[in-house]
Amino acid sequence: MPSASPAVELQGVVRAFGRRRAVDGVDLTLAPGDCLALFGPNGAGKTTLLRVIAGLLRPTKGSVRVEGKSARDDADVRQHVGLISHQSMLYRALTAAENVEFAAKLYGVSDPAAAARRALERMRILDRRDTPVRALSRGLQQRVSIARAIVHEPSVVLLDEPYTGLDAAGGAALTDMLRLLRHAQAALVLVTHNIDEGLEVATRAAVMLAGKIVRLDDCAGVDRVEYQSMYRTMVVPA
Amino acid sequence: MTPPGTLRAAWLVARKDLTIEFRTRTAFLSAVVFAVLALAIFYFTWDESIVTAADRAPGVLWVVLTFSALLGLQRSFGIEEHDRAIDALLISPISRESIYLGKAIGNLVFLCALQAVALPALIVFYNLHIASAILAVSGILFLAVLGIVAIGTLFSAMAVNTRLAELLLPMLSLPFFVPLLMCAAAATSRIISGAPASSARPYLNLLVAFDVVFVVACTLAFPYTLEE
Repeated sequence: MPSASPAVELQGVVRAFGRRRAVDGVDLTLAPGDCLALFGPNGAGKTTLLRVIAGLLRPTKGSVRVEGKSARDDADVRQHVGLISHQSMLYRALTAAENVEFAAKLYGVSDPAAAARRALERMRILDRRDTPVRALSRGLQQRVSIARAIVHEPSVVLLDEPYTGLDAAGGAALTDMLRLLRHAQAALVLVTHNIDEGLEVATRAAVMLAGKIVRLDDCAGVDRVEYQSMYRTMVVPA
Repeated sequence: MTPPGTLRAAWLVARKDLTIEFRTRTAFLSAVVFAVLALAIFYFTWDESIVTAADRAPGVLWVVLTFSALLGLQRSFGIEEHDRAIDALLISPISRESIYLGKAIGNLVFLCALQAVALPALIVFYNLHIASAILAVSGILFLAVLGIVAIGTLFSAMAVNTRLAELLLPMLSLPFFVPLLMCAAAATSRIISGAPASSARPYLNLLVAFDVVFVVACTLAFPYTLEE
């Protein structure tokens, strides 16, 4: 959904747990249609940053605006945000279709059954729609989880290592889906450890270290091999 | 797209919880088995020549219902913690109050179903002749359970993230259950002993007052329990 204000705007965002700053002064602006690939070693603060943007964590300092408003306090804004997390956020006793339909109903989607069907079809798991989630493999659960996150066609999608557990077909379905979302002018933040996967769909790439974004590049014209080498140098100092 | 209002969202959450419980039946079966076993143990360990069945039945009923209710309340937010399904609820556009109300409605149905098994079991074990007072006893049970659910749902959300959740929920909840249980036991005792229904009215008024206070206070307090 195109909008005059930036899709995501972070100003001086700090999130501390006790004395440790997991996110330490992050400034970031994403326009509709932008896809930011966020790289960084374990513990760099990437997941915390996503949770702050999603409104699951309150920033200790600074401001987080999604489509000009606070996602945490504004239900209208939350309606346009989708989150794919490490955990599936699914109910194991419900079927794939029931999980996705439940999410569609929470977002007020007009035809939840049809929307759930569409989302499952996009993730190429429609044939398992009536299988309880507990009976699905980790990779298939991840596909259902992605379908759940996009069933309401969000304009801001936050993805935390979404390729984890996916096989080649699942990975391809996800990449196609991300391209589709970008085409629909959704803003994406994609946290991944895989530079190739990130640069494949991203328009911008950032490296996060110790809670700070230490490098931000436009992906146009970026040489993947050079970027890999630069990233290794930053993350694993000699 | 218009997100559902508070009551509609609460019903969605409640229906989802009840569907999960209906499929798995883990909490309900545990609570029912616990209730029936506890009733049986109380029956066999009490000397009837000292305390009559009608005198001890109300106390036994409320002890059994309170502890079996805790089993259901414990699970209420447990199903959300698995795979962090609670995050999906929190980032959705529904209000946090509707999550609380949905959980509370689910717990209320759970405990009413539990009562539907425990009360007949109590009548059989203690040979109570309360056919004419069954509606009054059910009404008292409902009012007391409403308050128990209001408090228990709130503390279930608070305790679920802690390492000692099974210990913390009863420790936090039981002190708040006390006024409800005192009124409920006193009212039940009067009805079961054959006293006129009007003698239980002051206790019923108190139960209604406690329910209103607990439901309102817990609904308002709930959003703060989900802060990380």
